[in-house]
Amino acid sequence: MKRLENIEPGSTVKVKKLDGKGAVRRRIMDMGITKGTKIFIRKIAPLGDPIEVTVRGYELSLRKEDANKIVVE
Amino acid sequence: MNINLALVGNPNSGKTTMFNELTGSSQYVGNWPGVTVEKKQGKLKKHKDISIIDLPGIYSLSPYTLEEVITRDYLIDEKPDVIINIVDASNMERNLYLTTQLVETGIPTVVALNMIDVVNKNGDKIDVAELSKELGCPVIETSAIKGNGIRALASESIELAKSNKENIIKNIFSDKIEDSINEISELIKNDIDDESNKYWYSIKLFEQDEKIIDKLNLSETKQNKIKQIVEKLEEEFDDDAEGIVTTERYNYIEKVIFKCYKKVYREMTNSDKIDSIVTNKWLALPIFFGILWLIYYVSISTVGDWTIGYVEDFFGIIQDGSISVLTNLGASEWTLDLVGNGIIGSIGAIFTFVPQLMILFFFLSLLEDSGYMARVAFIMDRIFRKFGLSGKSFIPMLIGTGCSIPGIMASRTIENEKDRRMTILLTPFIPCGAKLPVFAMFIAMMFSEQTWVGPSIYIISIFTVIISGIFLKKTKFFAGEPAPFVMELPTYKIPRLKGVAIHMWEKAKSFIKKAGTIIFVSSVVIWLLQSFSFSLEYLPPERVSESMLAGIGEAIRWVFVPLGFGDSWAPAVASMTGLIAKEVVVATFASVGNAMPIQFTQVTAFAFMIFTLFAAPCFAAIGAMRREFGNWKLTLFAVGYQTGLAYILALLVNAIGSIIFKGSQVTTSKTLNISAMEEASESAVVNGDIVLIVFGIILLVAIAIGVTNKIRNSKKHIAVSK
Repeated sequence: MKRLENIEPGSTVKVKKLDGKGAVRRRIMDMGITKGTKIFIRKIAPLGDPIEVTVRGYELSLRKEDANKIVVE
Repeated sequence: MNINLALVGNPNSGKTTMFNELTGSSQYVGNWPGVTVEKKQGKLKKHKDISIIDLPGIYSLSPYTLEEVITRDYLIDEKPDVIINIVDASNMERNLYLTTQLVETGIPTVVALNMIDVVNKNGDKIDVAELSKELGCPVIETSAIKGNGIRALASESIELAKSNKENIIKNIFSDKIEDSINEISELIKNDIDDESNKYWYSIKLFEQDEKIIDKLNLSETKQNKIKQIVEKLEEEFDDDAEGIVTTERYNYIEKVIFKCYKKVYREMTNSDKIDSIVTNKWLALPIFFGILWLIYYVSISTVGDWTIGYVEDFFGIIQDGSISVLTNLGASEWTLDLVGNGIIGSIGAIFTFVPQLMILFFFLSLLEDSGYMARVAFIMDRIFRKFGLSGKSFIPMLIGTGCSIPGIMASRTIENEKDRRMTILLTPFIPCGAKLPVFAMFIAMMFSEQTWVGPSIYIISIFTVIISGIFLKKTKFFAGEPAPFVMELPTYKIPRLKGVAIHMWEKAKSFIKKAGTIIFVSSVVIWLLQSFSFSLEYLPPERVSESMLAGIGEAIRWVFVPLGFGDSWAPAVASMTGLIAKEVVVATFASVGNAMPIQFTQVTAFAFMIFTLFAAPCFAAIGAMRREFGNWKLTLFAVGYQTGLAYILALLVNAIGSIIFKGSQVTTSKTLNISAMEEASESAVVNGDIVLIVFGIILLVAIAIGVTNKIRNSKKHIAVSK
């Protein structure tokens, strides 16, 4: 199972599943990362965390620990 | 007829600009009862009977963040006549997600398709009529920044309020889900008095929203029945109910976008180009520090510093003028002292900061409005989250080197409640401009040969912030479920001067109002204590040792004995008068020192500096903390923590210092040389390169993190290749 946290910048992936529960999971979904969404990984912050992705036409930043909950293919 | 219009929309959708356009200047800013989320209310221009309520910027009506819960409760319980939903047309997909939820509340909704000018400029096309049909509510094209479509939006909203035409609730979910929601609807039809939001409640129950389950107080059988319905579908969809609803909402929106939005293909926008430089792996930090240095340089060191001179001159003139007027009128000596020093002097001391603050706020608004602030959080988050803060905490703390009050106020840009509280509590630990004269005085008089003392104050301050953060993260006010750091990085915009000016003026106004009143009252009180004896006889400054203040100092000085400076009442009193403003500490030493000798050793002087650095900030800053925390309980906790920590650290300095340096000249008492005191505090012993020191330390931390990352990664690679 690949997770968003480990994807190299510059690639596009599709969301397969979201782990976790409660506030964190809901927040990620509210921001548009739902099952089947395409995500483009733009870059990693200069200090190695968080990461910046493009999703549903806008830029979103999320910490690696949160990105770890997103299973992609 | 009174009409309430509620403005709801995503952050960065132009909601505030729209609010300003709709209301003009007649607005009222407060907090929601009990919480710090800002509540803005105003009247529609030229319509005294139409109120506009600006609700907090949100992405969803989920039950998890404070802002969302406030908005939900307001919409469902207070029932505004119309919801004006501001939608950023250039970012429609995510914005419409909230729209689909708002329409379901049963409150007549009108969508303001804002920033339509950006869409048109890009050459994209939106089919507004079709969009309105798909959403089930009227859609008006607007551009709040350019002032277009505002009138149409207002008249459409009024008409909607008068006709009370309901939204057409579209069935956006797949049949199976829709059936289940209807089933729940049927089940709860007698538990809800209001037919119009039954659908909304049913969806929330389907999502198993705990806040709604508690609120409706359904019977056990009904709750179990709903649970059964939900669980069956959760199994079928292999997802939880929240996930199913969210996914289906977005699927529906994708369809709507496909139908109504024709996008021109673009390779790289200007915003992308800016971003590729500004958050570049190697350039990001240097650019960031460059910008900060510039802001600091202009607003604190150069332009800000000149304005302080002007304001001081101005108040000097007022002071002299009013004293000569009063003298001519035959006023008594103590009236002159009260008006000249007690009132005008202390207000003047506050106002000297106002121009500096306004310049600072001007730049901050620029950063905020241009979209750079979000990138600051992106760049700095890694460092700050380690001690319970977020990337956005950096700005308040940097401002705190000038003055804690605007620093505390700047914490408002931090969305996360816990991070914000922590930032408010820790910002006063950063040595502010008013504490510098105290350090400068002691360094000049006691540590003239030890050049390390000045920088060490900053290093101690930064370490205390870090350790406090790590410690407080575990206390009940700051502990709890970690909040996700999922943050939108808005496109870069050229800030509008009008918006920046409004922003700046609002901040300055609230500073003057709050700080002004607190400082004014407390200064008068301290003046009274220091100018009168217990028998209420007026005492000229040289007889301060007979005053009530001296009496109080005498009574409490035992508290400071363990810290090494409780032998006479002067340092105790100086610590108290420091509550008015930290510069007053020096003034107190000066006026008391003229009447009697004040003695310190190097150890006790250092302990005193440490105590001043961390103990409760001035009244104005406590007032600002109270305002941003939103309640006294947390404010008192914060002040208690600050003072307690200051006490412990000063105690440690005194105890350890006295043991290590026993008998050496470090522990020999020395009388403060009062005649040289004022001059000493003016000298730039520590003023100099503060910013450079702070930046240097943070840069070092950043490099250290970068290096450990590299090492850890290469270790991982080795482990993998093995």
